[in-house]
Amino acid sequence: MDLRYTDEELAFREEVREFFRTELPEDIRRKMINGQVPVKEEINRWQKILNRKGWAVPGWAPEWGGTGWDAVKLHIFKEAMHLAPAPEPLTYNVNMIGPVLIAFGTEEQKKCFLPGIANLDIWFCQGFSEPGAGSDLASLKTRAVRDGNDYVVNGQKLWTGTAHEADYMFCLVRTDPDVKKQKGITYLLIKMDTPGISVRPVVTLDGVPHTNEVFFDNVRVPVKNRVGEENKGWDYAKYLLGNERIGIARVGLSKSRLNRARERAANVTVDGKPLAENSRFRERLAAIEVELKALEITNMRVIDEVKRSAGNAQDPKASILKIKGSELQQAATEVLVEVSGRDVARSETGFLMGDEPPIGPDWAVTAAHNYFYHRADSIYGGSNEIQHNIIAKAILGL
Amino acid sequence: MDFDLSEEQRMLKESVDRLVAERYSFEQRKAYGKEAEGWNRGLWKQYADMGLLSVPFEEKYGGFGGGAVETMIVMEAFGRGLVLEPYFATVVLAGGAIRMGGSEEQKKAILPKIADGSLLMAYAYAERQSRYDLADVLATAKKDGAGWVIDGEKTVVIHGDCADKLVVVARVSGGQRDKDGLGLFIVDAKAAGVSRRSYPTQDGVRGADITLKGVKVAAGDVIGEAGKAWPLIECVSHSAIAALASEAVGAMSAMQDITVEYLKTRQQFGVAIGSFQALQHRAVDMLVALEQGRSMAMYGTMMAEDPNAEERAKAMAATKVQIGKSAKYVGQQAIQLHGGIGVTMEYKVGHYFMRTTVMETQFGDTDHHLAALARAGGLVSAAG
Repeated sequence: MDLRYTDEELAFREEVREFFRTELPEDIRRKMINGQVPVKEEINRWQKILNRKGWAVPGWAPEWGGTGWDAVKLHIFKEAMHLAPAPEPLTYNVNMIGPVLIAFGTEEQKKCFLPGIANLDIWFCQGFSEPGAGSDLASLKTRAVRDGNDYVVNGQKLWTGTAHEADYMFCLVRTDPDVKKQKGITYLLIKMDTPGISVRPVVTLDGVPHTNEVFFDNVRVPVKNRVGEENKGWDYAKYLLGNERIGIARVGLSKSRLNRARERAANVTVDGKPLAENSRFRERLAAIEVELKALEITNMRVIDEVKRSAGNAQDPKASILKIKGSELQQAATEVLVEVSGRDVARSETGFLMGDEPPIGPDWAVTAAHNYFYHRADSIYGGSNEIQHNIIAKAILGL
Repeated sequence: MDFDLSEEQRMLKESVDRLVAERYSFEQRKAYGKEAEGWNRGLWKQYADMGLLSVPFEEKYGGFGGGAVETMIVMEAFGRGLVLEPYFATVVLAGGAIRMGGSEEQKKAILPKIADGSLLMAYAYAERQSRYDLADVLATAKKDGAGWVIDGEKTVVIHGDCADKLVVVARVSGGQRDKDGLGLFIVDAKAAGVSRRSYPTQDGVRGADITLKGVKVAAGDVIGEAGKAWPLIECVSHSAIAALASEAVGAMSAMQDITVEYLKTRQQFGVAIGSFQALQHRAVDMLVALEQGRSMAMYGTMMAEDPNAEERAKAMAATKVQIGKSAKYVGQQAIQLHGGIGVTMEYKVGHYFMRTTVMETQFGDTDHHLAALARAGGLVSAAG
């Protein structure tokens, strides 16, 4: 047993870090350090830099642009990305629809979509949740009825991040209402400029329209845009659940936030002394760091299992990473709010989005915005309570 | 990065796990506890025959030649069994001091005797006023010809009642809490001037408060250089924390298993109580705490003998913090989920809780180590 990286892994880490140091555009890095929200142009620009290096979609099968890295190297890459800090790749493209098409798409779909998905020439959004289908996703009601070579889609999706910017939606629709709810679902790719689609932005607590409602009114979707078989969509959606294990804990992101909290605390004065020297504050930070170190090792243990299993077997331990990872991400955003003091009171959405100079200190004014928004970390992708249910059933057998 | 055990380590794990499964049921443990010393001499011999008593010692001293990982394997199994024999005191603590700091002669004289089971030892470091400060030492060692004379009181010496020899921390020079000026001395427990007051401990073993009055120690029984023992004292405490963390993981995983089993079998309102979501989620939170603890026990094991003293100290403080938090949570919830039976001596789960509670006080509690880690600047560096 040796938890340290091998020399080869260390050399790889240095190579990756060096790349992030030299190739991440300074304006984007600045925004990330400030906790601002990267916009579409910036995410695209960065993804194309990664793509030129061959690192746009490292986790994919090599024939579609993957690097062939093992789980440890993928982890090293993701941690370097978070520590840079660089924007995360568009998750709907890179972590979701790409792997699904590689596993279940037709050759034609793969050729048509995958290069554009990797280079972000095509933006996808995710049409899963509905007003009545959140944690109970399988009860979704958006209906698709076959009509010749098309499906005709009617219904409504909710929590559709990037729908207002996306070219396509991967969407779960009900094609058979008369069978067990998981059995009558189909997976469609829907072009967002199809007549009958309307998008209403939903502004989250940070003041940013991170997400949307999408309405379908007799929207015609060609049958060739169906992924896999009709009524098997639930299986394809479930495929992703355990797939995202490696990055799900976001340890690097929390480290990066804690580093910023410590740096900032050095410039904040409490009782005539830097907050960074205040023992109560230091202990609070240290307590989070201990949990984070433990999570990092837990993460490594799961990665080690992934490496051995060399497959896509779902691992309920991913739920542990999700629970603890989201809690610690939230704890780090909370500390940043406390460090920032009353400067968090200003709502500076313009600065947050990047098009206006800040009134308050650039490092402080985003803290509350991020704190508010990241309450979603323990909700999306299966709330932490759902993760508890998964562990109780799949690990404890309760 | 590699989480695999070697072939030898796997065999060690199999044999010690089997031993605990066969010889350490709750009923058997109760019987061992009623023996004269509160543990079983026959088992001690068996540990010796299996090579367990020499796990961390080099082969040339009759040892198994293992490292921190081998100790982790043994301690985790012993944690699951709530093993009563003086393994931690003899092999990890006192044996560790000699293994890491002793002279060639001392190693040759002592380690083979620990290995064959003929010598029991204890580590007398704590004092009434010292709380968790390892450097807070009032016991004195004064030069006496070629040798030394020790005076002072040592408190809560685990297995100090049965030890043949003690490793005693005493001050050669400096002020009460100076790191400089400390020495480690090998003291015969039956030497003139040593008096022991022994008692049962909450976790089912025995401890002793020990008074040393004018106890003479030969020059050859000083471990390392008298007055310069601080780095060794730290090393012993770091090995101890790694071992305790693994023991805690064994105890926590046993509590987790027992509790989940109970949730599946205990019926109320006509159903197994494990069908209630409130209890399911609690059991999941226990599992998360256990796995976080297990991860830090592994990290602690990896760092326990790291040559970089500063990084090692931070890592071991962090390990003790996580283990303390995890074990407290798992233990308290294990009892809560059992209901009344969990609060009785008749049922095993409470005994694990008592052990992990005492463990929290050994080599510094959560608050102590959190404060130390915070002072040292925390764990996350800008380099990540």
